Amino acid sequence: MSTEDLKNSITAILPSSTFDETGEFLNVVITSEELLPLMNTLRTKSEFDFDFLFCLTCIDWKDHFMMVYHLLSKTHQHTLVIKAKIADRNNAQIETVCNIWRTAELHEREVFDLFGVKFINHPDLRRLFLSDDWVGHPLRKDYTDENMISL
Amino acid sequence: MEINKSMEGKLTFPGQIHETTDGGILVTKLDDVINWARSNSLWPLVFGTSCCAIEMMSAADAKYDWSRFGFEVARATPRQADLIIVAGTIVMKMAPVLKRLYDQMPDPKYVIAMGACTISGGPFFYNTYSVVKGVDHVIPVDVYIPGCPPRPEALLHSMITLQEKIKHEQYFKKKIEEIR
Amino acid sequence: MRGLIGEDILTEEGEFIINMGPQHPSTHGVLHLKIWLDGETVKRIQPHLGYIHRSIEKMSESLSYRNFIFATSRMDYLAAHVNNEACALTVEKGLQLEVPQRAKVIRTILSELTRLQSHQLWWGCTGLDLGGVTPFFYAFREREAIMEIFEETCGARLTQNYMVPGGIMYDVHPNFQKRVKDVMIQIKGKFEEYDNIMTGNVILENRLKGVGYLSKEDALSYGVTGPTARASGLSCDLRKSNPYSAYDQVQFDEILDTGGDCYARYMVRMREMRQSVSIIEQLIDNIPEGDFQAKTKNVIKLPKGEFYQRVETPRGELGVFIVSDGAASPYRIKYRSPGFSNLSALPIMAKGGKIGDLVAIMATIDLVIPDIDR
Repeated sequence: MSTEDLKNSITAILPSSTFDETGEFLNVVITSEELLPLMNTLRTKSEFDFDFLFCLTCIDWKDHFMMVYHLLSKTHQHTLVIKAKIADRNNAQIETVCNIWRTAELHEREVFDLFGVKFINHPDLRRLFLSDDWVGHPLRKDYTDENMISL
Repeated sequence: MEINKSMEGKLTFPGQIHETTDGGILVTKLDDVINWARSNSLWPLVFGTSCCAIEMMSAADAKYDWSRFGFEVARATPRQADLIIVAGTIVMKMAPVLKRLYDQMPDPKYVIAMGACTISGGPFFYNTYSVVKGVDHVIPVDVYIPGCPPRPEALLHSMITLQEKIKHEQYFKKKIEEIR
Repeated sequence: MRGLIGEDILTEEGEFIINMGPQHPSTHGVLHLKIWLDGETVKRIQPHLGYIHRSIEKMSESLSYRNFIFATSRMDYLAAHVNNEACALTVEKGLQLEVPQRAKVIRTILSELTRLQSHQLWWGCTGLDLGGVTPFFYAFREREAIMEIFEETCGARLTQNYMVPGGIMYDVHPNFQKRVKDVMIQIKGKFEEYDNIMTGNVILENRLKGVGYLSKEDALSYGVTGPTARASGLSCDLRKSNPYSAYDQVQFDEILDTGGDCYARYMVRMREMRQSVSIIEQLIDNIPEGDFQAKTKNVIKLPKGEFYQRVETPRGELGVFIVSDGAASPYRIKYRSPGFSNLSALPIMAKGGKIGDLVAIMATIDLVIPDIDR
């Protein structure tokens, strides 16, 4: 599907989404509550058939978090980027997508470890890289640590 | 002749006295034999965390060949090893593991810190929250090798330096001082 | 729904838990696996990561766009040129910079040499893990020849840091072409020797055939890429589908296999080595003249936005995601590493097998743990 067709189809499913075409891929910006139904549709409907999630990460924009999902369809060879905005930084929560793509399980554990975003219905939400008694979430912009030496 | 009062009762012998290691000739020769045997058959422990481990494997291969110097068998278990070559960065999660491995090794044991990361944190010194800035915060080190990663020849040079260091150890002098 | 990398549960009747790693001869780095065993059969595996987590992503947020490339050499140290190329390509995408043809061709030759030496080390270590010490020495013999080429041209054997945004750091050594051609002749003669030692060996076939099956649907769902996925029939070679540098100017095959077991993964890598030699031979005689680096400003600042580049490393697909807010350092860098997703499929591949099978599976997935932990 071309970019125009993708935009029209997604607007038909979710009218409140906004688009950003400045980069290489088509970016769809939605809120965190609208994530799971949209992801289910993108996976199951045959005209989309996004079966490969190749990157799942989070960006800390100081007053909100932005979850970024990069999707690819092997059959139709189109790419899409979903960005879900988490407005509440102190109590960051979003639905998990690991029932749809199994690769999300470890990726979401990494985001929980480094950013502190909780994933609802995740089967095993624990810290991944840091030890279990670590305090704080290092990749947040307001993280301080006396072990970090700056120039 | 007048006795020198500043010595407070101790008489000075007019000749020269040479200090010998306690025990004299027999124990010195025994020291030499033990040190020679120890330095020429150091068995390293298989321990490599990151990039320096590949250069350590290159030092074990046929081109650089560390088994010429006696480091033939790399043991997998610390109970049978006498040398631990820390090759790679140590992070805070790994530091207790390294300490436990070091404690499990029987005496005498030696440590070579290979690469810039083990000397001082290396390229990961600034702005990292999880790296231990130097492995000597965890275990005592005998030889340091700079480089990122050091060449296999640098590792061989450090092993020979360690062998020289061992040849100067005085095993029996320490034992006799402990008994006294 | 309980994930396969599930939470700690008590053991059932007759089961016990053992730790494999972090210090272990065959875990290819510091990987800690908790294995639930019933006798010698594996019931569950739980990987524990983070023993080499060096906070590269946080550190890169305070480095400039030229400086942050050095850390990726240390991330997957057996594919240092490919990782550096990925970072340089992402920055060039942001600056919309055109790289000169000479630099593109030299980058591709160095990437293929990197792929060749990485697969050779994999081959030697697979033999070592399965119990045969001889392939280790044979593999390192050829690998040393390639390291000498790197040392002469790039200055370092392992962590080269030779790619910069705009091209390559300095021009190649005058001996480069001759040395590469000599090494290709040497390596081509050795493939038959490798097959004689390992591939037809009855012990290897018994240990690898039928072990660690991964289906195509599972590979896609778990995000497995690289030779591990191509051995299950999943077509995912980025050099063919999204060509970068000089890959659109060469002819080569994408190696696919439908076996899905360890032996298929082994054969895919052996055949990929031959493809790499063929790519290098097509390029080495025709390196175009010209600049080796495009002009960039001294202080590189990317415009506001997000940039993503995917490259094919010897292990799979590496993605570099740079978020920039206009400053001289990146705002956020994310490395989508191939080993991270390949490891997530390990529990389903090893379930039901023995511990010896687990070692064979880890050997054929070709994990490099600092790549997973970053």
